[in-house]
Amino acid sequence: MTAIETHVTCKPGDYKSDVMPIWCPGCGDYHVLMSFTRAFAKLGLRPENTVVVSGIGCSSRIPAYMTCYGFHGIHGRSLALATGLKVARPDLTVVVASGDGDGYSIGGNHFIQACRRNIDMTYVVMDNRVYGMTKGQPSPTTEPDFDTALSPGGTGLRPFHPLVIALASGANFVARAFSGEPNETADILVEAVRHPGFSFVEILSPCVTFRPDQREWKTKVHPAPVAATSDPARAARRIMTDDGMNIGILYRGDRRPYESKIGAKTVELAKLEEDFAL
Amino acid sequence: MSTAWSVPASLEIADLLAIAHRIEVDAIDRYALLADQMEAHNNPDLTKVFLDLANAEQIHAEEIRRLAGDIDLRGRADALNAVWRTAESPEQADLNDAHYLMTPWHALQMCLAGEQRALAFFTSIVETAQDAEVRAMAAELVEEEAEHVNLVRRLMRKYPEPTPSWSQDDDLPAAQD
Repeated sequence: MTAIETHVTCKPGDYKSDVMPIWCPGCGDYHVLMSFTRAFAKLGLRPENTVVVSGIGCSSRIPAYMTCYGFHGIHGRSLALATGLKVARPDLTVVVASGDGDGYSIGGNHFIQACRRNIDMTYVVMDNRVYGMTKGQPSPTTEPDFDTALSPGGTGLRPFHPLVIALASGANFVARAFSGEPNETADILVEAVRHPGFSFVEILSPCVTFRPDQREWKTKVHPAPVAATSDPARAARRIMTDDGMNIGILYRGDRRPYESKIGAKTVELAKLEEDFAL
Repeated sequence: MSTAWSVPASLEIADLLAIAHRIEVDAIDRYALLADQMEAHNNPDLTKVFLDLANAEQIHAEEIRRLAGDIDLRGRADALNAVWRTAESPEQADLNDAHYLMTPWHALQMCLAGEQRALAFFTSIVETAQDAEVRAMAAELVEEEAEHVNLVRRLMRKYPEPTPSWSQDDDLPAAQD
């Protein structure tokens, strides 16, 4: 039997598409795109066997800027789409891109269920603690005192704690990265894709337009002081007590990833057309 | 952003070339991306500056590639991440500093800071490497980086520092009222 070549030698630039990225100048998402392409090159992923799925928002533009399969889905539903794809085509490498609004608010329940299912894919959330695309509304991770015309005096709401929620829900790999360190972020993405099961990577990605204060993140982030643990309770305790700026792999679990009992089925196109005929 | 690095004194010539090549490749990526940002936001002067810088780095990368011959530079550089404590190149610029109204002066400031860090990086190798061949090659790279610093400084003469109101925009992107 001829072995199927699953890896290729590509340069990071080979994973960039011809579509020019449109984000605000200085946006952290540019770095994240750079990290994606560098990580994919390090992993030697075949573009035709790789899919980037996204929802809606600034961060979710990323599939258009990459040379591999992409699915720019509907708001908050990127994980639902990716789950269906991975179950039907377990041979594909599936990476999901989202933002804090898309991923934690509109798609909040999908996030919990995806962690619980532990399907082998990587979920990347570019967190800038604001809805940037719709001009600066508070998101689930926005600080309670973020004072704008839309939230006078701040929302007063306790921010969502995605890393702890991921751990409590069963994610098998949890990491935090900072977009301003694109090589380190790429290395974390490489580890996340390689780790079996559901890998969750939160990337602090500044919105310099609506959260110019986030320019200071570069002076605040620091490496996590201890190596990743495989004990979710210990990881949760560490994350709950850190300053939100610890960068690195924080948890590596050993849960067995979900496997479909049925497996992929090939269905004739004509049969599908018949089933879905109106 | 940390600029710390930790270069092992036992560095080999192939490692040095791999590091130098990675610095250039990262710089090409960075300048191309900045050029994209400026083109998308209708700042043609800056687009040209960043494209010129990317092309200059491309020439340097090819020169190192030629010097390296059969050495697997990419593989070697991946194995050398520990040299840069944060995995970032010494020349790494802070892309968050990009602004849609930035001027060539700002771009060159960004560039100058990176070139100066690269110069300091290779100087530290000249000072610490055990191998005489590595020290000699690092000294060549120091010369090259010094030329880059001088080039950027010369370019800066063409572009005076803008007035403090350079970022003033009467139609600011603002949160919805």
